[in-house]
Amino acid sequence: MIDFIVRRLIAIIPVLTVVAILVFLMLRLTPGDPAAVIAGDNATSDQIADIRTKLGLNEPIWTQFVIWIGDMLQGNFGESFFFKKTVAELIAQRIEPTLALAVCTLIFAVGISVPIGVLAAYRQGSLLDRVVMGFSVVGFSVPGFVIGYCLIYVFAIELGWLPVQGYIRIGVNFWGFLERMVLPSLTLSVGFIALISRITRASVLEVLNEDYIRTARAKGLSNRVVLMRHALRNAAVPILTVIGLGIAILIGGAVVTESVFGLPGLGRLTVEAVLSRDFPTIQAVILMFSVVYVVVNLLIDISYTLFDPRIRY
Amino acid sequence: MFEFKKSLATVLAVASLGGLLGATAAEAQTLKVVMHSDVKILDPIWTTAYIQRNHGYMVWDTLFAVDEKFDVKPQMVDKYEVSSDSLTWTFTLRDGLEWHDGKPVTSEDCIASIKRWAARDSMGQKLMGSVAGLEAVDAKTFKIKMKEPYGLVLQSLGKPSSNVPFMMPKKTAETDPMQQIKLEDVIGSGPFIFKADEWKPGEKIVYVKNPKYKPRSEPANGLSGGKVVKLDRVEWIAMPDVQTQVAAIQNGEIDMIESPGHDLLPLLAKDKNIKLVNYNPTGSQYTFRFNSTAKPFDNAKVRHAVFVAFAQEDFLKATIGDPQWYKVCKAPFVCGTPLATDAGMADVLNGNAAKAKQLLTEAGYDGTPIVLMQSTDLQVLTNLAPVAKAQMERAGFKVDMVSMDWQTLVARRVKKDPPNAGGWHAFLTSWVAADILNPVMAGFFNASCDKAMFGWPCDETIEKFRDQFAKETDPAKQKVIVENLQKYWVDHPTHINVGQWYAPIARRANIDGNLTAPVPVFWNVTKK
Repeated sequence: MIDFIVRRLIAIIPVLTVVAILVFLMLRLTPGDPAAVIAGDNATSDQIADIRTKLGLNEPIWTQFVIWIGDMLQGNFGESFFFKKTVAELIAQRIEPTLALAVCTLIFAVGISVPIGVLAAYRQGSLLDRVVMGFSVVGFSVPGFVIGYCLIYVFAIELGWLPVQGYIRIGVNFWGFLERMVLPSLTLSVGFIALISRITRASVLEVLNEDYIRTARAKGLSNRVVLMRHALRNAAVPILTVIGLGIAILIGGAVVTESVFGLPGLGRLTVEAVLSRDFPTIQAVILMFSVVYVVVNLLIDISYTLFDPRIRY
Repeated sequence: MFEFKKSLATVLAVASLGGLLGATAAEAQTLKVVMHSDVKILDPIWTTAYIQRNHGYMVWDTLFAVDEKFDVKPQMVDKYEVSSDSLTWTFTLRDGLEWHDGKPVTSEDCIASIKRWAARDSMGQKLMGSVAGLEAVDAKTFKIKMKEPYGLVLQSLGKPSSNVPFMMPKKTAETDPMQQIKLEDVIGSGPFIFKADEWKPGEKIVYVKNPKYKPRSEPANGLSGGKVVKLDRVEWIAMPDVQTQVAAIQNGEIDMIESPGHDLLPLLAKDKNIKLVNYNPTGSQYTFRFNSTAKPFDNAKVRHAVFVAFAQEDFLKATIGDPQWYKVCKAPFVCGTPLATDAGMADVLNGNAAKAKQLLTEAGYDGTPIVLMQSTDLQVLTNLAPVAKAQMERAGFKVDMVSMDWQTLVARRVKKDPPNAGGWHAFLTSWVAADILNPVMAGFFNASCDKAMFGWPCDETIEKFRDQFAKETDPAKQKVIVENLQKYWVDHPTHINVGQWYAPIARRANIDGNLTAPVPVFWNVTKK
């Protein structure tokens, strides 16, 4: 097992190297000039050129790359072109809302999708099954921002139960934190619920036709025990895989959801950095998301062993 | 199911109550505003962006300021005098001016601030071209000695928009003009104090009332007069999504939106708890900018043909829509300002395609496609380029409209490459009226070739008029110079003004006191 983890961790290095090179080159090839953005609309060409020089953007592209990689290897993510802050500071400031959104979304998504997926499989062909499958098609098809606006209209504007936007840190005011997390998490979890419930249904359906389920029933075990202990546990591996892959949906969705609900998280930081061509910030955030994606999937792989004793690394 | 709904409602109600309790009563005098952008940069001299200018007005003060009619009035200055030969200006600061850290404002601070501002600002550079030296007489008095009489000394020091000559402590003002000031140096003598510990880029920036600020005794008028702060705290909340901004103000979570999108104004106007207020009656001006170095726009007659072909109202209808929020105005120095005049404008901006066609033939236009850059991500600009394309094509131009996001356009417009190889012929933008009040201030009138703004017009006559204007000290004669310049400029345009428009603020009904000014300011504002 330890060998497996070490090998997987070592495999992260080439993945991140490729991501780093691609991100760096794509940013430099994208039209746009951070110096022009910084200088503002009234700036002259000379002023813009001065700022380019100060930011080191007049250096050859490979020199810029070598400087950046050298800094990265020393743990220095660089300084944002715009804020007088290091990128590490910016990320540290913005990580809490995104982390909170991700955790709440996962809780909502798994807490809702797994039971309804199991129930849909258990009552295959029933009205409940059709409702769940219908919801999963709709949930997967409707863009997150539309769901977000609909939820804002109903729960914030019409009913007045929840605030429209904003974020309060969990340590400052727990209730304030909670009420501001409900709508964004629900919004982001809709697509996730659709995906996981479909996969759960399909996996459980497959398992329910196995001989050992029939045997369990023949032993006189209750439906609940058959479903939860025998069917669901054996169906867990594909479900976990989808949850792991869904982290990418979560990251992409956070960008939109944080903008709609005014959450000052990493998703919005990414959008702001892209719009203003803040190269150091974009590079660091994308690298960080890549690390998160790879590590989460490693953890998912490891967790297979908890559900399926046949899997050994 | 019913039980579940009941439980959910209870949980949510408790959560809402908890949130309300968490928000303390002390917030009663806190104004929460969504500005047009988040504040990422704290130095209003380092950049010309409007959000930094607005931030500057919170923290720092100015020697002079304009009133509602754009007349320049003393602000930090108590009194000033000019020698009979107009070569020596003496300024005395008001009593009791203090930086936020308690140190007194001195004439040395002001001299250093003027120098740093002038290193970045085009109007400042023009001023310094005529300045022989700046000299501190004592702690409260300083002199500006001129090489020659200069007509825009007070207009320069009271410049209302980017870059504004904000006064900073000497230590801060000695920062290299090409570098940002440090976070700990965001210390001014203005009516609000910046809370560095609460600044969270992407979330909010916080200002609190400066309890030691001594406002002038005159009532507030435009950016001049007494800056009396009637709030304890102002928070600028970063909220990029316009639809969310509208929902948040409807729900009472924020008090004001600086510039709600024009398409959402009807929605806001219907809400009895929200008022739309046009605090800036001179508004902004849409502008079509030529690249005067690229054929065929290197030919003044071709540029003039575009002037003849354009009609302003089509641009305004396509972008703003509601006539309440726009004005057809031929005056390039903006209707409603001291130098507004229609001199020389009778035959242009009438949408005369036939006349434009004839001019193009006379100019020998060879059908070169005009590379017209269109910004697609800024709602107030997006529809301008298609209108320009249609009107130019009606006049016989071939137009290749290239769509891109604003930041790409901003990067491309500084390139002098041939238009069909990464360069450009024309684009449309917008100027706040306060930036274009006279030919020295208005950047697009600068026709000094490579030293001019992108588009790089090269016209000695226009430059002579600008110099004459700057050196003329009699306002009546300045107006005559502007009229003569305008008559010449119509035939040799550097850009075209395609209409004036207004962006009201949306504020909750319990908010009042927004001053009529070219910049949104927060002194005098009350929250009941």
